[in-house]
Amino acid sequence: MADEVLFEFLHMEIVSHVYKEQQSSKGEMDSKERTMCVSVLESMGFRVGQGLIERLTRDSPSFKDELDIMKFICKDFWTKVFRRQVDNLRTNHQGTYVLQDNKFVLLTQLSSGKQYLDQAPKYLAFSCGVVRGALSNLGLESVVTAEVSVMPSCKFQVVIQKL
Amino acid sequence: LKRQAINMRIVFSRLQNSELFTLTYGALVTQLCKDYENDEEVNKQLDKMGYNIGVRLIEDFLARSSIGRCQDFRETADVIAKVAFKMYLGITPSVTNWSPAGDEFSLILESNPLVDFVELPDNHSTLIYSNLLCGILRGALEMVQMAVDVRFVQDTLRGDNVTEIRMKFIKRIEENLPAGDE
Repeated sequence: MADEVLFEFLHMEIVSHVYKEQQSSKGEMDSKERTMCVSVLESMGFRVGQGLIERLTRDSPSFKDELDIMKFICKDFWTKVFRRQVDNLRTNHQGTYVLQDNKFVLLTQLSSGKQYLDQAPKYLAFSCGVVRGALSNLGLESVVTAEVSVMPSCKFQVVIQKL
Repeated sequence: LKRQAINMRIVFSRLQNSELFTLTYGALVTQLCKDYENDEEVNKQLDKMGYNIGVRLIEDFLARSSIGRCQDFRETADVIAKVAFKMYLGITPSVTNWSPAGDEFSLILESNPLVDFVELPDNHSTLIYSNLLCGILRGALEMVQMAVDVRFVQDTLRGDNVTEIRMKFIKRIEENLPAGDE
């Protein structure tokens, strides 16, 4: 069993590596490069999220509805992956959900308050992918984004895509 | 339906915590194989990244294990195998094959959490999948003033019976050198 701290260190180093790799020689990253980084991290997270759910049985629907799946994500899944439950779940009952985690585990090492706020998106991309990947293997396609206004609290927005 | 929902939760809760780390590591290796043309480059990147992790991980280790300064390389080997590996990977490799000079030994891993469910595809025969570990050990030990060489000599992923990591003491490092990222 790998220690949770090892995952946190690995995640930080992966973020660092992805940004270093995209850095062209001119120094400042342009927004296209930044988007690329976020995209790479998000798709890595997506594969991980899928993998985490893969072990579960995939027979007939095991959750009674979409809300039930989201509650699973907020409790069991979040505890397993992010070491605590989501603090607050809101929905418009039309496929949009906002998950609020007040002490997001991958932000706590960065700062509390407003320091490094502009860095926060780098450290959320992978996690957005993890959530999107998990939902995908649970039968829900989605778009997942995250925003931070005060560290280490953050809000993940999940918009279920209707096919 | 309710019973099935409960079953999903029970099965999910039984997933070991190492899943997240193992899956993330797998995603990293996959990404690196896409980014770089050959296994040698991937191995180098894994070692570099491991080094960057190791130079920070050592602080976490020292804080949580309250291990004092090791008297010699033999003690270092024991601490690595019995404390560090146990703490971070939940396994205790055995320490064997000491060189006559006492400056080189092997860690034998019966199991390697990084490679659960991993199979090397055919065109990656020279990939050292778990090379991150070598970098971590090298970086961590550098922070406690030891320059070491760490490499895999056997790997279950490549068909060997066990996974064997060879560690060689190179020299003591002077205290004032700053640690940099590689």
